[in-house]
This record gives sequence, C-alpha cells and structure tokens, in this order.
Amino acid sequence: MLRAFEKGADGVSIIGCMEGDCHYKTGNLRARKRVEQVQKILNTIGLEGERAQMYNLSSSDGPLFVKYAQEMDERIRNLGPNPMKKKKKNAA
Amino acid sequence: MNAKTPSKLEKIMAAGHLGVTSECGPPRGSDPEVIKKKAELLKGCVDAINVTDNQTSVVRTCSLATCIHLKLMGLEPILQMVTRDRNRIALQSDILGAASFDIYNVLCLSGDHQSFGDHPQGQNVHDLDSMQLAWTVRNMRDEGKFLGGDEIKRPPQMFVGAAANPFADPFEIRVPRLAKKIEAGAEFIQTQCIYNLEKFEKWVKQAEDRGLTEKCYIMAGVTPFKSAGMAKYMKNRVPGMDVPDDVVKRMSDTQKGKQAEEGINICVETIQRLKELKGVSGFHIMAIEWEEKVPEIVERAGLLPRPEID
Amino acid sequence: MIVADKKPVEEIIEYVKDCKKLLVLGCNECVTVCEAGGKKEAGVLASALRMYFANRGVEDALVDERTLERQCDHEYLEEIRDIADNYDAIVSIACGVGVQFTAEKYHSIPVYPGVNTCFLGATEQRGLWTERCQACGQCILAYTGGICPVARCAKRLLNGPCGGSSNGKCEINKELDCAWQLIIDRLKAIDRMDLYEKLFGIKDWSTDRAGGPRKVQREDVQI
Repeated sequence: MLRAFEKGADGVSIIGCMEGDCHYKTGNLRARKRVEQVQKILNTIGLEGERAQMYNLSSSDGPLFVKYAQEMDERIRNLGPNPMKKKKKNAA
Repeated sequence: MNAKTPSKLEKIMAAGHLGVTSECGPPRGSDPEVIKKKAELLKGCVDAINVTDNQTSVVRTCSLATCIHLKLMGLEPILQMVTRDRNRIALQSDILGAASFDIYNVLCLSGDHQSFGDHPQGQNVHDLDSMQLAWTVRNMRDEGKFLGGDEIKRPPQMFVGAAANPFADPFEIRVPRLAKKIEAGAEFIQTQCIYNLEKFEKWVKQAEDRGLTEKCYIMAGVTPFKSAGMAKYMKNRVPGMDVPDDVVKRMSDTQKGKQAEEGINICVETIQRLKELKGVSGFHIMAIEWEEKVPEIVERAGLLPRPEID
Repeated sequence: MIVADKKPVEEIIEYVKDCKKLLVLGCNECVTVCEAGGKKEAGVLASALRMYFANRGVEDALVDERTLERQCDHEYLEEIRDIADNYDAIVSIACGVGVQFTAEKYHSIPVYPGVNTCFLGATEQRGLWTERCQACGQCILAYTGGICPVARCAKRLLNGPCGGSSNGKCEINKELDCAWQLIIDRLKAIDRMDLYEKLFGIKDWSTDRAGGPRKVQREDVQI
C-alpha cells in the first residue's frame, strides 16, 4: 500500500470480503488493521490518511462496488493529487 | 514466652497482658508539631505506636525521624520499614540508626506498590522481601552480624514484627505463610483490619493448631469506620480487605449523624469479642486520621489502664 | 524471545530528519516474531521515510532497507560492511542488542533505535506478548513450580504472595495474574506444596543487573 503511494497513487482502496465471510478466515480483518496503520503513517508524514480506504464487498454486488468507487473518486478529487507526484516531477 | 529485648511492648505481652498499639502517619511536610500532636493523643492509652513508612507509596516525613520524635517525647515507637524503597545496605543502616536512639520495635513490610502513590514512575527496590527483612533484623540482633557477615558493635535490640492478612487470597496458604514469617524471625504479628470475625477466628484456630500462637504474639488489627461510605470503600476498593455485607448494612442503616459513633461501637465490640479468643495477644488500633478516638476505643474496650512495666 | 515494540514513526523522523542517506536495518530473529523489526517492518518504515523526505522536498534523499539474519553476531553484521559507508545513518529496528552491536561495528556511522526493547517474553496469542524472564542470572524456577516471581510479581517477592493478592489477581492491576497464586496452583498440581513451606533465603543479586554488565564466558567452547 505504501509503495503505491510512494509511486504516486492518489488513493488506494482495499476491497475485502464481507466480514465473517473471508476465504482466509480473518484475512479481511487483518487487512483492515493494515489500512488503519497505513492511514496513521500517512498522517504522520504529512499526507492525508483518508487516501487509503478499506471496503468490504461481496463478489456479486456490482452496484455497491460502483457506489464505493464513486465515493472514493469524490474523496480523492476533493483531496487533490498525491503531493508525492508533484515533488517527483519537480525533482525530475 | 520471655522478653528478649528492652521493648516495652514485648515485656507487656510476655507478662501475659494484652498489648495495645496504634499508629501515627507522618505528615507530608516537615512540621514536627503535626507528629507531636497526634502522638500526644495516644499517650497513656497504647503501649507502642507504629510509625508508617511512606504508606500507600506517598512521600512523607521518614519513619525513622518520626520515631525519634516519639522517642524523645517518652513514647515507644514501632519503626515500620518497607522493602520497596531501600536495599539491604540502606535497611541495615537505618536499623542501626534507629538502634542508636534505642528504638526497640520494628515492623517489616514489603510496602504498597509504587503505582498507588504519588511517584508511580519510580523504581522499586525489593532487594529483600518482608520475611527476609525480619530475618535480617533477627540476624543483626541475635548473631550480632550484618548480612555480609561482619560483626556489629552494639547490635540493635529490636522486637521484630511483621504483618499478616488473614483475608487475602488464597486463604489456604494464609497459615503456612504465617508459619514462614515466624520461621523468618517475626515475634509479633499485626493483622489487617478485621471485620469478618468468623474468618479471623478460623485463621487463629488454625495457627493455634500448628503451635504458632505459642511462638508469636498475634495482635488483632481493627479500624473504626467513620461513615457508611468508608465501609463501602474498604469493602470494594481496598485490595485484600474483607468487610462482610452485614457490617456494611449496619453502617448504612445508621442515620448519617450517628454513623461515626456506630463505627466506634463496631470496633469496640470486635475487640471485646476477640479479647476472649485464645491466641490473640493484643490489639492494633488503626484509626486512620482519627487518632483522637483511640483513647475512647481503648477505654470502652476495657483495655485501660495500660500496665506499667519497668 | 526478546520482545520489542515499534517506536512511533514521528520519533524516528525526529532522529533522522537531517540525514540524506539512510539504511533501515531489520533483524530476522526475535523482533521478526514480535512483528516489530523484521523484513516487513523494515519495508514499511523505509517507505514511510522515503515519502516523508519526498513530501518535504528533499530531492536527493535515499532510504534503503536491508534485513539481516541477526544483528547480534559478527558474521551477519559484516554483510553490510561494503555498503555501510554509503549512509549518513542507520536506523536499526533490532532489539537494543542489535542497535548497540551495529553501532560498535560501524563506529563512525550514527545508529538510531527504531524499536523500544521491552522484555524477555512469550507470544500468548497473535499481537499479545507477555513477560516471563528478567535474566537475573541465577534461575530459581526449580523451587517455584516453573513460574518466576522475579519477573512476574510486581514486587519480585521470593516469599509471596503479598497481602494485595485478590481472587488470583495482582493488586496493581486486576487484569494481571498474581504470580504467587500461579505458583501455588502449579505447586499443588505437581504435588510439591512442601516447596511453598520453605522460607526462601536472601537472593544474591550480583548476577542480576545490580552486579554491573554481565558476561558469560565458556572456555569449553572458546578456541
């Protein structure tokens, strides 16, 4: 997740199975914890933690996926581009 | 049991009288008048006065200096020592210091954990534990030696005490633990405040069956409740305290203005009942910041006048 | 194992904010198991530091990551001999031993700690580590039913429990088991309550921290 931000991603959404319905039992719960960690780190280093988001979705729920994607899109548009990208450009 | 030290408390109990002690907590400042005022209230109605050692891990005037004040007033102090704050060097050094003022009684304790006090970030020492401290004082007195093995010139002459909580968990090891304290060198035991008399009587009986009451003076600890609130607090908040529901009820059924008096009544009744119990050699009356009530309790419990012993 | 906990990223940033070239050095042993200083954590920390520098506009900052088998052995620490001079500083996320051994070996390079080293303990469950040993140098577990009062009693009483033991819990915290309750339960289970009756003598603490920095020297294995 952090690498994606390092490379310039404006936002990262992690989509896991519905809670209690994970093929890897608790994988989705651990993923959520990771996302929370990443949010904390992003806040610490001066990026917005909200750029990383965890969603739970069942594989057949297309409309909800669309809703989440739109939500994420709007969130990121409000935040603007990842400052890392600009810095990188300046450096280049 | 014959007295082995010049301690007045020991002599009184050795002569077969019930001993009476109370306690005096040093102030959170250096004004000696606070100590003197408290001690004055206890004069003539107790045989010796415990001086607490930074109780509840809150910094106060040291026990040793306070004991010296009492000694200079002609009173008999019991130096309380906790193993929390000092290592074996400092403990032995303070014992010598106390002995140089002819302080004849010591009570060996481990001390409340510092997290309860006003310096929770401090280190604790616990180089020795309370039993090992009792053993140390006995070794200094009876063998005339430091723990390191060197000889002591003019060894301390101290009557060695320890605390026991008959109500702490697990109950089954309470008597074996008492036996260990006695084996370590404790000659008198002051107990935790007693409200559950049945449980206490059971404990004394077990101690007696093991022959422990022949080897050691058991002083029953009592603390009068000032209010129903205090009874509830002691029941629910103080670790290792056993306050039965009927005692709490008796306090809370009493109207507000009369609760203090009822607290004294309970305390006096406790002493009267335990006076008759074989194996009990005395009473330790802990009237926390209520020293002025000690004379009344001692008198009403029929423990006055205090015996004169030379 | 040695149990450590991650230091907050802001604290580490404070140490290295003026550096340009950094090496984040993980360790494959204890700190990997307690998820504080292994390869994964080295990656996360290095990435966070890279973004921190980039975001601050430090254009030529370099943050590399490397994880050694151990940081408490010469042979593994030698693996960075050739590259060490490339860096202004090393952030070691090994235990305090690793941080110090790295600093000793790379004398002219500052080495900063990336974790707080906590205690010798066990993994009770994922994400929960608890203390078992204080390395006092004179093990008494044979007499205490295999439960250590030095490490697990808040007053390290050798003749416990104290009067504050209540319902099997310690007076300082209701969540914490009373070590002496555990000892008694265990002595009963192995039918050795006779050990409880024995007064425990005064302990020689000279093999503990009190005796100064300790060493174990084994001539039988030295060449």
